[in-house]
Amino acid sequence: MTTTIVLSIVLGFAFGFVLNRIGATNPENIINMLRLKDMHLFKSILFGVGLSIVLLFAGLEFGLIDAGHLSVKAASIGVLIGGAILGVGFAFGFCPGTSVAAAGTGRKDAWFFIVGGLVGAFAYMMTYGAVKATGLLDAVYGGKVTFAETSSKFASLIPDVPGLLVAFIIGAVLMIIAWKMPMKIGK
Amino acid sequence: MKPYFSWFAGGIVLAVMFVAAVALVKPIGVSTQFVIADAIVWDAVDDSVITTSKESKSGYTSSNAYLAKSGGKYAKNAENPINYSFIFVLSMIAGAFVSSRLKGGDRPIGADKFAPKVWRDRFGESPVKRYIAAFIAGFLVLYGARFAGGCTSGHMMSGLMQTSLSGFLFTIGAFATAVPTAILLFNKKSKGDA
Repeated sequence: MTTTIVLSIVLGFAFGFVLNRIGATNPENIINMLRLKDMHLFKSILFGVGLSIVLLFAGLEFGLIDAGHLSVKAASIGVLIGGAILGVGFAFGFCPGTSVAAAGTGRKDAWFFIVGGLVGAFAYMMTYGAVKATGLLDAVYGGKVTFAETSSKFASLIPDVPGLLVAFIIGAVLMIIAWKMPMKIGK
Repeated sequence: MKPYFSWFAGGIVLAVMFVAAVALVKPIGVSTQFVIADAIVWDAVDDSVITTSKESKSGYTSSNAYLAKSGGKYAKNAENPINYSFIFVLSMIAGAFVSSRLKGGDRPIGADKFAPKVWRDRFGESPVKRYIAAFIAGFLVLYGARFAGGCTSGHMMSGLMQTSLSGFLFTIGAFATAVPTAILLFNKKSKGDA
């Protein structure tokens, strides 16, 4: 086995393990987060995102992380629309990653979600040409862009400010929001 | 919510996980592998779907435009399932299983195995109803994820980690529908069936 395959086994295992430990494999927690009754998981995600931004850009700055490993996806109106379609299904308690992990813990509804997902992905493969023809997938604002400058590989929306500074500000704001957010919103 | 990890500890572990993945290999993403799984099955049924090609960057192409895009990288991965991203997702099943069986993990018991309590309180004890809803939800989630070019892992976590514009667009789009849908679905008292 190559090193890459060993890493895929180890990191995939760790990711499934982590999703279970933070409660994300339980659709009850996803649903209660989305209906704003229990923000535990949302606070974890938001804090995790904020901290990951700081760690990633610090790692890039100090040469600990190879910028060649980055992979920025293109921005388009389709990203917004696709996200909105996904959101409707997300309200039932699973997203692609958590459904796979939840299936591993013995949740039968997760397996039905996965089968539905395989059919949904196939439906997209079949309609991709028509979707593309609408122009909704065309890149906007330069496509593969970031707010904080990463490297010469991807353009930055704020090129005149050092990437590390922008990243630290965004990361800090997200972590503070996560910290201050109440466990429950509304009644 | 049961106290597995505190929200704070959970956030730290998530951050370390996503940064470790990009430091060692590349950003985490899951939804593409649903396409790869489909393509593996489709090509097994009809082996004219994926073919080798000298013109294509990956060396493979497909009769399907989606599998053929970006130099045929999806076609190549489906033809070679022992690749990083596909094994990563399969390995998640094992990781979640082991965690769920250890102390402090989330292990479904009884009726939770087919539907979470919040669902049963609202829509009753029928597993079939939940399975049909989960199937439809899965369809929407993966159709949407491929439309968007990524899912919660790829766009929201890995995308926002890199401060990418697409990550912010995806997150806005997803929560804009997920929150109202969840409130509409679940914030009513059940009418006698629970």
